[in-house]
Amino acid sequence: MSQKILLDKVTIPGIKTYEVYRANGGYASVEKALKTLTPDEVVEEVKTSGLRGRGGAGFPAGMKWSFIDKKSGKPRHLVCNADESEPGTFKDRYLMEFIPHLLIEGMITSSYALGANLSYIYIRGEYMWVYKILERAINEAKAAGFLGKNILGSGYDLELYVHCGAGAYICGEETALIESLEGKRGNPRIKPPFPAISGLWSNPTVVNNVETIAAVPWIVNNSGAEYAKIGIGRSTGTKLISASGHIKNPGVYEIELGLSVYEFMNSDEYLGGMSSDRPLKAFVPGGSSVPVLPAHLIYKTANGEDRLMSYESLSDGGFATGSMLGSGGFIVYNDTSCIVRNTWNFSRFYHHESCGQCSPCREGTGWMEKVLHRIENGHGREEDIDLLLSIQSKIEGNTICPLGDAAAWPVAAAIRHFREEFEYHIRFPEKIKNRDHFVAEPFEKVKYLVAKELI
Amino acid sequence: MKVTIDGHSIEVEPGTTILQAARMIGGEVVPPAMCYYSKLKGSGGKCRCCLVEVAKGSEADPRPMPKLMASCVTGCMDGMEVNSKSSPRVQEARKSVTEFLLINHPLDCPVCDQAGECDLQNLSFEHGKSETRFIEEKRTFEPENIGPNIQLHMNRCILCYRCVMVADQLTDDRVHGVMDRGDHSNISTCISKAVDNEFSGNMIDVCPVGALTDKTFRFKSRVWFSKPYNAHRDCPTCSGKTTVWMFGDEIQRVTGRKDEYHEVDEFICNGCRFDHKEVKDWIIEGPRAFEKDSVINQNKYNRKLEKVEIATESHILIGREEDRKKISMAEFPLTEEDIINQKSLGNNG
Amino acid sequence: MERTHYKQEINITEALMSRINELINHYPEDKRKSALLPVLHEVQDAHENWLSIELMDKVAEIIQIKPIEVYEVVSFYTMYNQRPIGKYMFEFCQTSPCCLNGVEDLMDYTCEKLGVKVGEPTPDGLFEVRGVECLGACGYAPMMQLGDFYKEHLTKEKVDQLIEDCKNDTIILHDI
Repeated sequence: MSQKILLDKVTIPGIKTYEVYRANGGYASVEKALKTLTPDEVVEEVKTSGLRGRGGAGFPAGMKWSFIDKKSGKPRHLVCNADESEPGTFKDRYLMEFIPHLLIEGMITSSYALGANLSYIYIRGEYMWVYKILERAINEAKAAGFLGKNILGSGYDLELYVHCGAGAYICGEETALIESLEGKRGNPRIKPPFPAISGLWSNPTVVNNVETIAAVPWIVNNSGAEYAKIGIGRSTGTKLISASGHIKNPGVYEIELGLSVYEFMNSDEYLGGMSSDRPLKAFVPGGSSVPVLPAHLIYKTANGEDRLMSYESLSDGGFATGSMLGSGGFIVYNDTSCIVRNTWNFSRFYHHESCGQCSPCREGTGWMEKVLHRIENGHGREEDIDLLLSIQSKIEGNTICPLGDAAAWPVAAAIRHFREEFEYHIRFPEKIKNRDHFVAEPFEKVKYLVAKELI
Repeated sequence: MKVTIDGHSIEVEPGTTILQAARMIGGEVVPPAMCYYSKLKGSGGKCRCCLVEVAKGSEADPRPMPKLMASCVTGCMDGMEVNSKSSPRVQEARKSVTEFLLINHPLDCPVCDQAGECDLQNLSFEHGKSETRFIEEKRTFEPENIGPNIQLHMNRCILCYRCVMVADQLTDDRVHGVMDRGDHSNISTCISKAVDNEFSGNMIDVCPVGALTDKTFRFKSRVWFSKPYNAHRDCPTCSGKTTVWMFGDEIQRVTGRKDEYHEVDEFICNGCRFDHKEVKDWIIEGPRAFEKDSVINQNKYNRKLEKVEIATESHILIGREEDRKKISMAEFPLTEEDIINQKSLGNNG
Repeated sequence: MERTHYKQEINITEALMSRINELINHYPEDKRKSALLPVLHEVQDAHENWLSIELMDKVAEIIQIKPIEVYEVVSFYTMYNQRPIGKYMFEFCQTSPCCLNGVEDLMDYTCEKLGVKVGEPTPDGLFEVRGVECLGACGYAPMMQLGDFYKEHLTKEKVDQLIEDCKNDTIILHDI
């Protein structure tokens, strides 16, 4: 049983309410920080902890905090990114729905560290019932004196509000989120300037993921050094993993970073193995944006080392044989799933979610989707595979925000590892007419049709 | 501050963008720009045509920037070294962007009033391919009537946002904007309202393509058949300094006076543009030397951009020291492993 | 792009207005525009889940911004509807993890049962089926959003039951 620091209290009956949360040690970090620590000391603890941004990019949180502009004297803001919409990811929702006060507590302690007096939680519009849960939690915290003027007599003031989006994946990008919070279309901004200098209403702003902020209370209570002891190497602490697909026990799990992928997949404490007796075909470890990996690269890296649930191990081998931890959206595929259809599905998602501001993403995502749709529907041409690789490489790195890369990577990875499946779709259109064609005839059975002859 | 672009060095003031520095140098180092417009605040960064390679960040931090940068929104640093036309990576990126801009474009140049003075034509001439790889159905939009003066052809639009900025920055009553999102984003009033503000005609001048054209000039002539003359009149609303486009004694069209980069010197009012088409309305100063590399090129245009206008670039200076740190992340050095990972990322696909 | 103009009865009640003012107060005084997204949600919920031009103009007036700024935002975000829609909108998540768990078959089943195509309301205006992108419930697939709530681990039987409940008007759409 590995250590839990986010979800350890989630099963306590009534933990959603302020009274129960408080009675179980809640809001201790606010008391400790406001009464005994300076804001800079809190920042230092978070730096020492090695906590990395849990939204996907993995940038060190303490470092991000230290960039905030304190010299200009402008009001500062902390914005929590709860616009969780990366396919395969549903951990923030779980945390906010079942233990909302942990996020509120993290927001207060973190806002204090940054010297922010007005902070927001930006939640995706579809999580409307969670929005209401958070609103209630904020009201409770305010009534108990943890929000508002002169919190705990410390002289520190903080107002905290929830703001809801309205259906746009792109608002998970921090500058698009800020635009959306300002009541505009979610078009990402050109950086620099970064939000730490000029963010919400041109004020210095830090945007952090829900899970990142929720880890702060534990760090403040137990020290950054203690947090850094959990995990492995530069992947410190615990991580929430959202698991879905063809597994026995889908759901949200808190793991210590460094757990082996094999154990996570197969032990009964976690995913419990595949949902049926069918073999494992592929997995996506960090949400739809990160490269898909074929079965032989899942439990072992290309060097034959055990693959671990950590930033470093999952990206071992680069994109050639590795992937990324990303947001921790763990999607598992058995041999009935069709990689071409899945790639088209992801491509449709990015096409649908592109904001349309910059040309490579606006035009390129639509183009890729159309080509993939043709292949999936039996109208592919041999040259389409290289065309897809070419389009994705022209998007990658040339866009304003990372959505372009996120749309490009899954296509490249699918072709890199499953090229023969694309060839099969192109050469045998009559065999792939039904979307569930691999149920009756998994690819392993028909692979000989497209396999290169070995002489 | 000294900046070097394709081997040409120039001294610039802080806040100057790479694109502006390149324009001061002039010639082949100047990156193409489809969305940036120096007279419109906040423009640029969207079309990605002007991507350049920063081979050396600055004297203080000489490391190269890993990604290509949009030169129109990236500020110069002292000692910065930039590769524009000389970089194969940049050339490849410009080709890619050109292809993206063309896949859904109708390519209806033979019936487009912008033909001959179209930035997309020029871009395709420089960076386009003779063949298309796009066999899908092109995206199209239902037409919308936006009033008696301006013709909107959404299918030709490249979404530079310049016309939206004109409406925001020159008028206090913007009635059109960008609707929907992704590749269905479109310029629209949403309610088919007439765009008839006194300065709305400038949307036509800033449009880099034939998406917004002058209805009063529609199908009258090909632009290269009419002759441009600088002219002025005493106008109560604007400076009255325009270019009139004449065919014989007839004024077919009135526009702002555009420079080498197709930017107007001064914005003009709709009165001058649409309602004064008689020769007697104008004091004609003489033929206008014209144009960089369009089909109406007379190779007479040679005004150098002597002093850079940095009023609209002030945001480049905001937090530049901190930004410099973050771009290069000096405080967060890469481990060897990261470098290997990055290399393999670079080789991906 | 030319758009069809639909008519709608507008009714900004006192209760709605006081909720709107509460939301506006979440932002600094000179940043009223920031309240646009939450206000649009409230207004839409109170107007049969869609926003006509007149209603958007009304919101612009309340927030004190230009109408075009509201149109731009409404057309960007998928949760705002610009035409009358079915009272009970079954929004099935159709992104990969839900597909792995059979959402496509379930959508086909629901459409057939209601006798509609995706994106078309039933003639009585009661139901509409829509495919949407990832709703963040991948571990509880297949699922759909109905009003403010998620209906997860769906089966054909559960869909049948939901349709019954909607017809009997025993479904709660909004969390108050």
